[in-house]
Amino acid sequence: MSETLHTEPRIDDPDDFYARLITLHADLSVEQSQTLNSKLVLLMANQIGDRAILDQILDAVRNRG
Amino acid sequence: MRGVRHTYPFTRPAELDTDERTHVPVIIVGAGPIGLAMGLDLDLQGIRNIILDDDNKVSIGSRAICWAKRALEVVDRLGCGERMLEKGVTWNLGKVFFGDEKDPVYGFNMLEEEDQQFPGFINLQQYYAEEYLIDEVDKRELTGIRWENEVTTVDQSADGATVSVSTPEGDYKIDCDYVVAADGAHSPLRKMLGQDFGGETFQDHFLIADIKMKAEFPAERWFWFDPPFNRGQSALLHKQPDDVWRLDFQLGWDIDREEERKAENVSRRIRAMLGEDFEFDFEWVSIYTFQCRRMDRFVHDRIIFTGDAAHLVSPFGARGANSGLQDVDNLGWKLALILKGKAPASLLESYNDERVTAAKENILNSTRATDFITPKSEASRIFRDATLELADEHEFARRFVNSGRLSVPTILDDSSLNTADSDSFDSKLVPGSPATDAPVKISGQDSWFLKSVGTDFTGVYFAKEGASAPAGADELEQDDIPVKTLVVSDMDVAGNGLLLDYKGLLRQRLDGQPGTYYLFRPDQHVVARWREFDLQSVRDAVARATMQTG
Repeated sequence: MSETLHTEPRIDDPDDFYARLITLHADLSVEQSQTLNSKLVLLMANQIGDRAILDQILDAVRNRG
Repeated sequence: MRGVRHTYPFTRPAELDTDERTHVPVIIVGAGPIGLAMGLDLDLQGIRNIILDDDNKVSIGSRAICWAKRALEVVDRLGCGERMLEKGVTWNLGKVFFGDEKDPVYGFNMLEEEDQQFPGFINLQQYYAEEYLIDEVDKRELTGIRWENEVTTVDQSADGATVSVSTPEGDYKIDCDYVVAADGAHSPLRKMLGQDFGGETFQDHFLIADIKMKAEFPAERWFWFDPPFNRGQSALLHKQPDDVWRLDFQLGWDIDREEERKAENVSRRIRAMLGEDFEFDFEWVSIYTFQCRRMDRFVHDRIIFTGDAAHLVSPFGARGANSGLQDVDNLGWKLALILKGKAPASLLESYNDERVTAAKENILNSTRATDFITPKSEASRIFRDATLELADEHEFARRFVNSGRLSVPTILDDSSLNTADSDSFDSKLVPGSPATDAPVKISGQDSWFLKSVGTDFTGVYFAKEGASAPAGADELEQDDIPVKTLVVSDMDVAGNGLLLDYKGLLRQRLDGQPGTYYLFRPDQHVVARWREFDLQSVRDAVARATMQTG
């Protein structure tokens, strides 16, 4: 039995996390930003590991377009 | 456009007709909301002061409109809170819209706890706030305003300062112990001292239009990202008293300011936003850029900087006037103790430390909001829009949406004036927190907790048996720096200074088990708390809070 997808807030100090995330992209070209985001996705996906959860996330983002 | 409101008469200062030099403990420069509040607070503290202003009228246009709960609590202690509350438009709810969607992405409530005298926010034009503060100043003995008295130089000496003043009928000099600079964002005093005002200007323009119209929108803060009527930009709608509405349009960096300011172009924007059916009149229109700046230090020997003169934030978050009033709250009692010889001048360092900390927090919050509203890079904009799309469905993403983190008071938990907890409490009122409010009854009359706290050090004791103060508490009232003790009980018994906690909310919010004693500073901040009253511990905490000890 797999966990369900968390969509409730779980990150401490979300403003600080968001600011760090955006700062990562400072001075990058759009293509470099895309590369960075892709690496982020793959690292986070591997951290999650659970295929059922990953599939739910993939569905969630695609549904919203 | 509306003209100016009242003008206030110039009165020939006595100094022009005598060679004798006047001495006053404190000269306040600037009769804006911060300078006026400073005059009132020092009057309450028994310190004579004069407020000098180079003009003869209150602010033109609405300017600051959002007064936060904490700022209202401060002005209530100064005598103007209820008048502002009565005239102002109360609001607690904010809504965020995105793109073409008619329904909000999400909403938020600024008032986390009900049963407090003041709401999360009221909206009130700055000129009303100033008029009410001026009326209050006029009632007081120890403060007064000199209109059309412009400060031209300030000379500091080891034990005071001499202020040179220019008036329509001549110039004079006046001596004082301290100068409080409340002369605004362009502070002439800051420039006289040659002090830096470091920070950043954001590359964006915003158009503010305050308009008068009959409309049925609710009293809520509505914020749009990328709406159809202002593509690629943001917009804000806010209600003020007298059927005045604040509209705020983001314009972008590369614009023709003169062109955008023209009435027909502003009208076109307003009609695109509200529809063709609305009749409206302009009250005030202005185009501005945002800046976040602060002085390195707020205390420069005998000159102390407050409000926008000391720190400037972008308006999203309403952290300008609201933080300036907290500067006043913080400074008044400290300056009074120093001038009465009861505390060392170094106590001013704690004003510097505590309010620089607060300014950093306000600038951080307002910079982040501005970065979210005006993304600095394409990647940042894409993240912003993705966040807004997710926020429609997923609660976690709403926490990332930032249309302004609205003003809340700074918790001074790092302050050296605090006495650290030695007991455990299940209450967020850690030492350094501003007090929270609660309804109480005093001698059968409805009142609010905060009305009884402050201006002096205040002890709050949760009664054990009956409703008597702890043994020794009355001795504290005779100390050099007195502490008045309030007794809180949930039993309806008569007693001197007794607060009847009839809803049990004070006990709940302060975790006030029987025997608990909280010590509040004169600015209503918790400075120490214990599970049992101990006379010496309270005296030690007062000494620490006033820098009598190392």
